Amino acid sequence: MTTSLTLVRRIAARPAIVFEALTSADGVAAWWGPDDLPVILAEVDARVGGAYRVRFGTADGLEHEAVGEFLEVAAPNRLAMTWAYAFGGEPEELGRTSHIEFDIKSIDGGAELTFTQSRLKNTASVASHDRGWSGAFVKLVRILGGPPEDANPDTEEA
Amino acid sequence: MVNYQQGDLDRVFAALGDPTRRAILARLEREESLSIGALAAPFAIKLPAVMKHLDVLGHAGLITRSKHGRTVDVRLSPDPLKEATDWLARYERFWSPTLDRLAAHAEAKEAEARAAESKGTGE
Repeated sequence: MTTSLTLVRRIAARPAIVFEALTSADGVAAWWGPDDLPVILAEVDARVGGAYRVRFGTADGLEHEAVGEFLEVAAPNRLAMTWAYAFGGEPEELGRTSHIEFDIKSIDGGAELTFTQSRLKNTASVASHDRGWSGAFVKLVRILGGPPEDANPDTEEA
Repeated sequence: MVNYQQGDLDRVFAALGDPTRRAILARLEREESLSIGALAAPFAIKLPAVMKHLDVLGHAGLITRSKHGRTVDVRLSPDPLKEATDWLARYERFWSPTLDRLAAHAEAKEAEARAAESKGTGE
């Protein structure tokens, strides 16, 4: 599936420690949010059907609350949950639910974490009529892997 | 004039998941408007297969087709791409630094765990 944002991090920590950071309230409170600010509230009930709620601030002074439900909990390798903003966030995302996944693989020296977020079927999408799209298109194609390269096996190594 | 069909973002991403379709879009970005025959020419696949790809792109709202006499001109329709890129950028802005913080936290915990383990097994 290419319906998503995927980010990968190699972490010098064993998978069980990464998993614990994702599934405990103390863990989540230590890292959640893009800015280096303390998390305001973290509730995490990491079992299938359990809920989480994380309230956090951003450097612009705003408060946000992300909420969701755990869909898969398989320590220490996989976690899947829904994601929505209860408040805050960016206006475009209010009322929209995403699906997020964390896959944790054991690698030499630690763990490889693959994060994926996919937007679920939306109801009413708002079309933007901004025309400054050309660079955006190039970026998107790059993210998705680009058009196929013409066969050019220019890979000989002496 | 522009018969823009509002594409559901899922359809946009699905349409973008195929390398031939991305190549078609990349070409339309450079050339503005092309007939179906001209579009199909560089590909090693048959015209009906190209038509199928164009249907997927059209359904996602990524291209528009307009008839001029006997030829059909194909054009890029940028709005769904813009929406898709905006969505990606929005969440990348959130998650990229957030995952960096997660990594730093987990690495600190790992260091603590190792220190505790070496204390436990030491002399």
